[in-house]
Amino acid sequence: MKQEKIVIIGNGMVGYKFCEKIISKKNDFDIIIFGEEPRRAYDRVHLSEYFNGKSADDLSLSTSEWYTQQGITLYLNDPVKEIDRNNRTVHSSKGLTVKYDYLIIATGSAPFVPDIPGIDKEGVFVYRTIEDLDLIRNYATHAKTGAVLGGGLLGLEAAKALIDLNLSETNVIEFAPRLMPRQIDSAGSGMLQSKLKALGLNIYTNKGTSSIEGTDRISALKFNDGTELKTDMLVISAGIRPRDELAKLSGIEVGTRGGIIVNEYMQTSDPSIFAIGECALFDHNIYGLIAPGYEMAEVAAARICNDIKTFKGFDMSTKLKLIGVDVASFGDPFTTEPDARTILFEDSHKGIYKRINISNDGKYLLGGILIGEAEAYNMLLQTVNNKILLPPNPEDLILGSRGGSAQSENAGLAGLPDEALICSCEGISKGAICNAVSEDGCESIDAIKKCTKAGTGCGGCIPMVKDLMLHTMKQNGKYVRNVVCEHFHLSRQELYDLIKIHNLKNYEQVLDNLGKGDGCEVCKPLVSSLLASLWNDMILKKGNDTAQDSNDRFLANIQKGGTYSVVPRIPGGEITPEKLVIIGQVAEKYGLYTKITGGQRIDMFGAHLSDLPLIWEELINAGFESGHAYGKALRTVKSCVGSTWCRFGLHDSVSYAIRIEERYRGLRAPHKLKSAVSGCIRECAEAQSKDFGIIATEKGWNLYVCGNGGSKPQHALLLAADVDSDTCIKYIDRFLMFYIRTADPLTRTAPWLNKMEGGMEYLRNVVVNDSLGMAEQWELEMQALVDSYQCEWKTAIEDPEIRKRFNHFVNAPEEKDPSVKFDEMRGQKKAADWTLA
Amino acid sequence: MIETTTNWFAACRVEDAVENGGVCVKCGDDQIALFYFTRRNEWYATQNLCPHRQQMALSRGMIGSAGEDPKIACPFHKKTFSLATGECLSGDECAIQTYPVKVEDGLVYIGLNN
Repeated sequence: MKQEKIVIIGNGMVGYKFCEKIISKKNDFDIIIFGEEPRRAYDRVHLSEYFNGKSADDLSLSTSEWYTQQGITLYLNDPVKEIDRNNRTVHSSKGLTVKYDYLIIATGSAPFVPDIPGIDKEGVFVYRTIEDLDLIRNYATHAKTGAVLGGGLLGLEAAKALIDLNLSETNVIEFAPRLMPRQIDSAGSGMLQSKLKALGLNIYTNKGTSSIEGTDRISALKFNDGTELKTDMLVISAGIRPRDELAKLSGIEVGTRGGIIVNEYMQTSDPSIFAIGECALFDHNIYGLIAPGYEMAEVAAARICNDIKTFKGFDMSTKLKLIGVDVASFGDPFTTEPDARTILFEDSHKGIYKRINISNDGKYLLGGILIGEAEAYNMLLQTVNNKILLPPNPEDLILGSRGGSAQSENAGLAGLPDEALICSCEGISKGAICNAVSEDGCESIDAIKKCTKAGTGCGGCIPMVKDLMLHTMKQNGKYVRNVVCEHFHLSRQELYDLIKIHNLKNYEQVLDNLGKGDGCEVCKPLVSSLLASLWNDMILKKGNDTAQDSNDRFLANIQKGGTYSVVPRIPGGEITPEKLVIIGQVAEKYGLYTKITGGQRIDMFGAHLSDLPLIWEELINAGFESGHAYGKALRTVKSCVGSTWCRFGLHDSVSYAIRIEERYRGLRAPHKLKSAVSGCIRECAEAQSKDFGIIATEKGWNLYVCGNGGSKPQHALLLAADVDSDTCIKYIDRFLMFYIRTADPLTRTAPWLNKMEGGMEYLRNVVVNDSLGMAEQWELEMQALVDSYQCEWKTAIEDPEIRKRFNHFVNAPEEKDPSVKFDEMRGQKKAADWTLA
Repeated sequence: MIETTTNWFAACRVEDAVENGGVCVKCGDDQIALFYFTRRNEWYATQNLCPHRQQMALSRGMIGSAGEDPKIACPFHKKTFSLATGECLSGDECAIQTYPVKVEDGLVYIGLNN
């Protein structure tokens, strides 16, 4: 069988989409594309982003390799100038003649340019292609003021582009009495207008333009009412005109006001020729949005592959951000009494306008308009499209949360039928998205985009896709980020607050009051950590001892082979020769391997469980205390030698490090905490890699927070600059209490900050500007923790009941674990290697 | 298995055991982990060796429940095993040996196979 040939005229978004669709259905066509523009298909919907940083490549929908890989021939810069229907060939302007079995016209539209005297002057532009944008950008460099003709959707986009080009004055001229007359009502337009004015846009409605003034280049606009507006440039955005001239020339039927007439299969009057996108006229309508264009591409591709699909018109609902203002219009936005009832909400203080139209019986939503705040758009659109029964108080839909909103939103999502169209650009249903999550394991927006293409068009459905994804994961029992475990259906933060409110003091009490079942290795250490952060009781107090993670339970780090390591605190890394001698003696006596740690202290490895109390007795008698190396707690505050010795040092970093380490020693947190103090900008203590790090400046200290090493290192960020020692400590108090209170389990400060909405700006507001009004309370709470500090090892060795637990055998306390084995290396011992079963 | 048990080994006194936790019992050359699940008023005994990395450590782990099933988590890598059946609940480690436990006159006994 011979390969059938498809020729596509036009390489815009819809033409490109057609290629994708037809290839995914049947990959044995010979496809040839003629494009008029010099570039491959690009994202015209987000064209204005070209002015704030996106490059033409960013906007491109595909790579040139893609066409090669798919075996598609692409001729750019070569528009078709004639269709010979009798011989089924097209002739391009560069002289190519190509035969076709099917011809797809996807020529799109051109800006409508009204016939105003002077329209051909220099400085008058249209807004459609990247080339247009380049011309506008070049001209704008020597223009001060600009104007846009047309206050519709595209006109406002163009106005945004001019603002982005830093013109000192931008004017919008609309012929109709209001902005966006096709999408929103006059009250909504009024609200939009006042918001845009506040953003520095001058808006003139009811203005008919009579002429464009200027000698060679534009200098002013003259209006029918006799007024005049000076301007250096003008962008015309007065609507679109379908590109039907080629079809017309070839004898294909077109509408009286333009557009290539198509049937429900997108066939033109010549059944082997199709028209899709903005050049097509279906049922007297031109569809100037991307979603219906994509749907047309699908229908045409289906028809060629003998699938049965029809185009049934399209929902023209839309939501966009215009110059930072949310605008949405859905369903039938204009219907009024007696056909429907209307609920309005207007807040001129915040610039919010919302309107919903409901059926007379109050059961169904028919449509509406949202200005200034459009979060509810997706859900409202779904409510219209799926004819979902309205709640008894439909005003809740636009008035938002007045208690229990999260639940009702989820109920809304759950209530959608599987067929509900979520991504209208790509035609992806709720069922398909849920399937991608459940069956294909997509658990991020990116994964869902890859798998289903949902959200890859205009992107408006992404919040809803995300909600659906989380909702499905939750249903599958997968989304557990916020719930501790099967025993506590609470987040760590909720648990923290509840333990505090109910004044619960041990694990069993917490489980009885707030949880269920018998606990596990996840919730036990977590609750123990919260209890320690809240009350700072000795962690091995009866009832809490067995709820500690193994390291905390034996106040030492379990190592390979079942022995433990011992780390006494050496604040700031400063130690006397006498104390160094003691460590050496103890290590020698108990046969321990010694190593300097990364946090400027000394670790002794290979201690038998039953030797731990004996070792610590000796260390404590010599003036050492626990280093909490075993806890999710403050570890060390590293320091450089500072101004006492260093010729560059600005302040005494060692003394400050000791002060800080002694303040926060033993502080239990969601994860371990590390700190450092550097005496000058040379930063020898590496403070910027710590959870909180401090660097001396000429005027005081700079405080950096949320740096982490680990598998994904991250530098700390500046929280406060040039603060004095006491203020710096105040900020650290607040920062640490905020972290302890709100972080998810086992989340270090860097990922905690990464997840925080508002990021560093928000954190700075909370800590430095006290935006939550919590500063005083947090400082008091921290002071209480500091005041109740005790050395856990001191308490442990003085308590016979606790001490008893440091024996390996309950029935042979004097015997050590005979299975412990050591090897030798470089004159010291090392743990025997893992023996595998 | 319980029926064939004849040898009851006296492990320790009730008050020597750790509430809601484990102790290690020396039983000839063997080590047995003994758990006093006070919250459920139940006693369990298993081998002390975690089969994952061959560490004598289960008695130092945390006990808890998965659904109704009582379990122990090894302190080394948090592999969990059913205290009732010995079956590994996380991953595919082999099952651990379990032993019956009885308490008489304040003494805790572990039932060993002869």
